[in-house]
Order: sequence, then C-alpha cells, then structure tokens
Amino acid sequence: MSVSLTSEQKTVHFLNRTSFGPTFESVQRVQRLGARAYLDEQLEPEKISDAVAEEKTAGLKTMRLSTRELFELYPPTKTAQAQGDRASMAAEMQQRRLSLQELQQARFLRAVHSQRQLYELMVDFWSNHFNIFAGKGPDLWLTTPYDREVIRPHALGQFRDLLLATAQSPAMLFYLDNWLSSSPNAAPMRAQAINARRGINENYARELMELHTLGVDGGYTQEDVREVARCFTGWTILRPRNEAEFYFAPRMHDPGAKTVLGTRIPAGGGMEDGTKVLDLLAHHPSTARFIATKLARRFVADEPAAALVNQAADTFRRTDGDIRAVLRTIINAPEFYAPEFYRAKVKKPLEFAASALRATNAETKVTHQLVRYLGRMGEPLFLSRPPTGYADVGAAWASPDMLLTRMNFAVDLVGNRLDGAKVPPNALRDVPALVRLVAPDSLSAETREALAQASEKEAPALLLAAPEFQRR
Amino acid sequence: MNQSRRAFLKSTGLGFLALAAPPSFLVRAAGAEQDRRGKILVVVFQRGGMDGLNVVIPFKDRAYYTLRPSIAVAEPAAGEERAIDLDGFYGLHPALAPLKKLYDGGQLAIVHAAGSPDNSRSHFDAQDYMEIGTPGLKSLPDGWLNRCLGEDRRAEESPFRGVAVGAQLPRMLAGTAPALSISSIEEFRLRNLTLMPALQKLYANSSDPLLRRGGNSLFDAMQRMRAIEAKIPPSTATYPMGRLGVGLKQIARLIKADVGLEIGFAEIEGWDTHVAEGGATGQLANRLKELGAALAAFHQDLGDRMEDVMVVTMSEFGRTARENGNRGTDHGHANVMFVLGGKVRGGKVYGRWPGLAPEVLYENRDLALTTDYRAVCGEVLARHLAQRNLEKIFPGFRAPAPVGLLV
Repeated sequence: MSVSLTSEQKTVHFLNRTSFGPTFESVQRVQRLGARAYLDEQLEPEKISDAVAEEKTAGLKTMRLSTRELFELYPPTKTAQAQGDRASMAAEMQQRRLSLQELQQARFLRAVHSQRQLYELMVDFWSNHFNIFAGKGPDLWLTTPYDREVIRPHALGQFRDLLLATAQSPAMLFYLDNWLSSSPNAAPMRAQAINARRGINENYARELMELHTLGVDGGYTQEDVREVARCFTGWTILRPRNEAEFYFAPRMHDPGAKTVLGTRIPAGGGMEDGTKVLDLLAHHPSTARFIATKLARRFVADEPAAALVNQAADTFRRTDGDIRAVLRTIINAPEFYAPEFYRAKVKKPLEFAASALRATNAETKVTHQLVRYLGRMGEPLFLSRPPTGYADVGAAWASPDMLLTRMNFAVDLVGNRLDGAKVPPNALRDVPALVRLVAPDSLSAETREALAQASEKEAPALLLAAPEFQRR
Repeated sequence: MNQSRRAFLKSTGLGFLALAAPPSFLVRAAGAEQDRRGKILVVVFQRGGMDGLNVVIPFKDRAYYTLRPSIAVAEPAAGEERAIDLDGFYGLHPALAPLKKLYDGGQLAIVHAAGSPDNSRSHFDAQDYMEIGTPGLKSLPDGWLNRCLGEDRRAEESPFRGVAVGAQLPRMLAGTAPALSISSIEEFRLRNLTLMPALQKLYANSSDPLLRRGGNSLFDAMQRMRAIEAKIPPSTATYPMGRLGVGLKQIARLIKADVGLEIGFAEIEGWDTHVAEGGATGQLANRLKELGAALAAFHQDLGDRMEDVMVVTMSEFGRTARENGNRGTDHGHANVMFVLGGKVRGGKVYGRWPGLAPEVLYENRDLALTTDYRAVCGEVLARHLAQRNLEKIFPGFRAPAPVGLLV
C-alpha cells in the first residue's frame, strides 16, 4: 500500500496500536474526539472511570492480599508431597498457584474490558521489559505484589521511578539473584547457609544494563558489570517467604570505591552506591535510545525508522524519562500513520485473543480456559523464563502450532464453545461491519472471496483466523 | 528405488542415471543418506533435579550408607525393597525393575556422575544451561537440539523433524530451525474442518511471507498427519499415567507413522525431593516407577524400530550426597543418565566413579562430575545421527575421550 491511509484506516490503525484492538464503541469515540484528544484522555487513566473492568476483577481476592497474607493463606507446604499422595499434591499445587491464576485472569480481563486501554497495554509492555518468572521459587507469591506495587503505579510515570521500584522489588531481587550477591569478604549469613555461595552475583547487574537500561550495545564492559554488581551487593530481601521486603544489608555490602561507566563512586557509599548507579543509567543517552527503540517497536514496527527513534529518544532525554511524553512523540508523529506500517505488527497472543473478544463484543468471564489458550499460543502470562520477557517481533509468534491454536481459538469463540466468552449473535451477523473493524477497505482479494463463499456462520471465524487478523 | 535415493539423484542432476545402473559412489552416498534418515533421538528431561545417587546406587561405596542414614536403598540381597544388582558395585532402584531386563539385554547403558559442569544450583539457570548447551553461558539464542536440526537442512523438509510433546517448545528445541510442539496428535487438527480449504488457501496465497510460511508448514503437517493417522498402529504397550507416558506414547506414534521424525522431546517433573524423599519406597520411588514404566513401555511399543531409536535422559543437576534435616536432599551437582536403544552397548554402567569420601565431594557436598552430559549427547549425535559439526551444536566443548556408548 503506497497511498496514504483513509480516515477509517487511520482510526483502526490508531486503535490497533494504542489499545487491545478496536471496538465499535472506541472507533466512534476516536472519530468524534479525534486521535489526539483521545490519546490525551488515555494518557490520564486515573481520570477514566473503569467500572466494568473493576466489576469483572472484583472476585479475584488474591489480587488485594499483601505478600505476607499470600504466604500465610497459600503456604508452600509439602505435607502431601511428604506423604507421596499425588492427589493431594496436585490439590496443594493448585492452591498455591491460585494467586498466579487470578493475576493472569485479571491481566486478561483488563486487556479486554478496561477503558484504560493504553495504560493496560503499557503495563503489559513494562511487565515484559522488566520481566520476572513466576515459576521461580517464591516469585510465585511475589508476582502479584510486583504487578500491583511496582509496574502498575509507574507504567505511565517517570522511567527512573519505575527502574528504582523494580530494583528494590523482592520479585526482581529474587528472580535475578541479587538478594544473594554479597562482598566476597562478607561475614557468612544464616540466610545464605544452604544454597548460596558467598560472593558477587553478576546476574542482576548484567541484565540491568543489557535489558533494562543501556541495551546490549549500550557501551558497557564486563568490568562495568562487575563494578555495578559490587555496587548492588547487600540489596537483598528481608524474610523472603513472609512479608518479603527490600532490605539493605550493610554486612553483605562491598564498601570499596567503584568505577561505573567512567564515573567514580567513592568508598563507603553503602546503599547509595546502588541508587547512584540507577541514576547514572536512567540518564544515560544509551538508555534513552534503547527505551525509545523498544517503544517505537511496540507502537510502530519491528524495525522502526531511525528518525522516529531519534525524536523519541530526544523527548526521553529532554523530559528526564517522562513515559507519557515519549508516547506522545511516537504516536503523534506523522510516521506513525505511514502506509508501510499499516498492519505491520504481528499480534502477540494476548493482543490476538483480547482483540478477538473486543471485536466480537464478547461477554467475558473469569475462566482458566481463556488463560490456558494463551499458554498454548506461546504466551503464558507472567511465565516467561528468560529475562528478556516475551518477544515483540513477528517472527516469534508465527509457528505452525501457534497459528493452529489461534485458528482454533477463533473457531471456538465464534462457535460459542469457549468457556468464559459468550459472543452475542448480532455481533456475528454483520460481517461487513466486522471487516470494517479489522481491515477497512484493505482485505486481500483472497480473503474477500473466501468470506463471500463462506456460510454466514463460518465467515466471522474465517475472518478472525485469516492472516489479516493476526496483525495489527 | 526408495524415496531418499530418488531425491538424492534428482538433486544432483543425475536423475537420468537412475535408468541405467548408477555409479557405485552414488549408490554408496545415497545409501548412507538412507541409513541416516531413519535415525531418531529422543530426549527425556527430568525437571527438578533427580537424586541420581538413589537411582543407581553405589552400594559398594560404604560412604553412601554413612551419608544417607534414613533414605539409603539397601544393598542387593534376597527379598524386595532392595537395590537390584547391576555389576557388583552399582544397584538399580527397585522401582526401576522394568529396566533391568533392558539392561541385561544390552539395550540400556547407564552413565554415572554425569551432567552439566556448571555449578549453578538454581533450577532455572541449570535447566537453561543444559538446554542451551553452553553451561555457564546464556548468550546463544537457540537450544542445542534445534541446532542439530539446523545443521542438517534438507530440501524436502518434513514438518515433524523435531517434535516436543507439550504446549510449549522447550528451550532445548527452540530456535530458527522449524520445530513443532504438539500437545496431542489427536488435537493437532482444525476444530472446524469445513474452514480448512479456505484457510489453507488464504495462508498459501498471503502476501505476508511470515504468515505464509507458518501457515504452509501448518497445513502441510496437518495434512500429513491426517493422511497417516488412520494407519498408525495402535499402541501395543501400556504406558503409565502422567506426562512422560503421554509424551513417549505420542512420540512412538509419530515414529511408527514414518512422518520424518528425527528428534523427539518429552519431560517428567517432580524430582525436587527436599523433604521426605523416601528410600526403596516413597516419593522418589513413585517418580521412578513412572519413569521406568514409561521407558519400558516405549521400548516394547516400538519393538524392532528401537534399532533406529536412541533415548537419552537428563536432569539439570543431582542432589546433595548427604541427606538433609528433612529426610530429603538439596540441590547438588553430578547425576546419572540413561541411554536406551538398539545400537547401545548396554548392560554396563559407564563413567569414572569419583567416590563419596568427604575430600572428593564437589564443593564439600555433592557427587563430583566425571562425564559432561555433552560427551554423552555428542557421541549419540555423531554416531547415531551422523552429525559432523559438533562444534556448532556444543560450541567450545570437546569431549576429552569417547565414552564408548554405541556399537
């Protein structure tokens, strides 16, 4: 497509990128307000009432429990395991996983039903950027507070605040092992007696620079990794299987002087060594560029244009990492609507499933089946093992098995065989209206022909399973 | 003339020679191709860290009994609930009794004190390292089983070359070479078959190269599956309940269906026995019962086809030599591996025994490692799958000496 987008295409494109998929309602609203005003509204989520999403998630009681309550109510007991009783082992396991399941369901329900679409989408973005793996030990319990107290409060805030919150979160300290990292000369601690070896653990320091801030080509060396790790020695967790709070342990800290990225950090800084490193990284030009690139990749294209990345990086630097300002720069840029980026992104499974439910106006309830479907498509929520989180490039999401699962999801959804999602019959009758939500005047000739030949009952499933709907 | 020879001759542009007698070097080359074609490797991953010391018991090493007062398995003698003697030094856990016949028949080899050389005791890291194939390094994006497939690309690729049973492709099989994860053969189908022709056409004609490729492989795989499904003979073996039984049963079906499977992957969880591990009976014994029954069923199910198949088991780490205060064991180091197949020089426990005396324990607590798992796998890859470029598959690793597992 070389000519510029039609107004209808622009609206659908805009909503495909700034929400979990257009709905009839949101298309009308953007048409009425204009994209800019709609964006301004979305960037102040606290002013948008969100009754439906709140009501849908109200029954998920673990979402509101503190870390201590989660551990107390769903303890990692091993009685059944000890007795070798597999039935009660499975029941215990199920119980222990309840908070994770509810968190997965909440993420999914909000993606479908929240009015704060851009906010929810940024929560998902940062969850992947600052990935943790809920399957690693106590992170099964720590992920709920991580989402609630670390990611969500800062998802549209200042980058540096978000960075600090993740650095001090028990979930991240545990996931990337920093809680065990100590000066090689530190006195042995009881908490470390069993599994840990005394000494520096570089895991967090490396990922902090490679994945959270500078990017792998951001200009740091192995020596910097080591020095940063030294700065973070002693950033640990108080009572990791109880209230699990951030705690600075002076006895574990390496008190000597360090040099990070050419900046000298004098001896005796204690906990401040770590915060100094975070400031240094948050204000580093490589970080501005790296975050700008990832956001442009999310909102525009797998390989975003250099000019747009530069603009976004400028905004990041100028505003001291104001996430809202960077989003404005990217989304309001003329490049955002360039025809070559129309439907240029493959939807991640969460984006695919939520957009299908949104387009068909499905009544969605809390069920495991919906969340399990995401797992089978390759994106079990909060369960990305590697610290990179889930990929945001198309090639990661187009395996045969994943495509089959998407097709079957569409078939089940349209056939009303999807436990937890009920599609109103009138939403499926008007296929041309559905096409206008998915690909206004831009279906391929093959898809048009196939839809024309399909029965009334099958056409909507065909549309949601077609190549066009796999992209946004 | 068989398929692969025809393909070979065609691809060399010498197809006309097939009418007359082909030159002998071509016959030999095509024959070698054919030999390699049918070979299959199945990896069984035991997630959680199996306690190898209680699986293949070094009953002649008296330190074993000193270190494990409440969970040791008694040395072989008459009666039940005792280790089954293998060679006068090692004994097999009684729950693995079904494997004894395979060991005696020379089809099962055991490698003790084997595993990953990295000293990580995190499940998470140790599994990653074992799956990436570069212990201590996480920089490679793909798993070593995927690199095996990538090393050996063919023009006419079967979509079933690499298959993991499960929802997700494990790290070991993930990468740029196409590999499939299939939760179940029965469910590997479109749930509305009337849409099949239309969707197949949509994806085949799509101007979107990425989705076209994925769609084409998918419909290709589904069609091949449907074509052969009815012909797959029913299982002649009874597999145990649980994930491994399901996994190996599905893999056996694919092998019998001749869909071009080269690498299969199945897994079994539940080895993290920190508390009340048990000895001859109990928690670990229950897991072993499932493992032994599943492997024996797979072996029986495949019958003569086991000549072409090799199964290798591995777990991210072993467990502490000493039992802990909860009658269990904590994360340790070296472990035990099984290699099962028709071409295995079985009936023997391989690997140097490092001993369990305090001064030889690894980091004062664990069984020391004497055989890198990559030496075991590399030998299977080279000798069984005819992989030539092991440096690509396990970069930076070179086996110090052959283990000698294969005929």
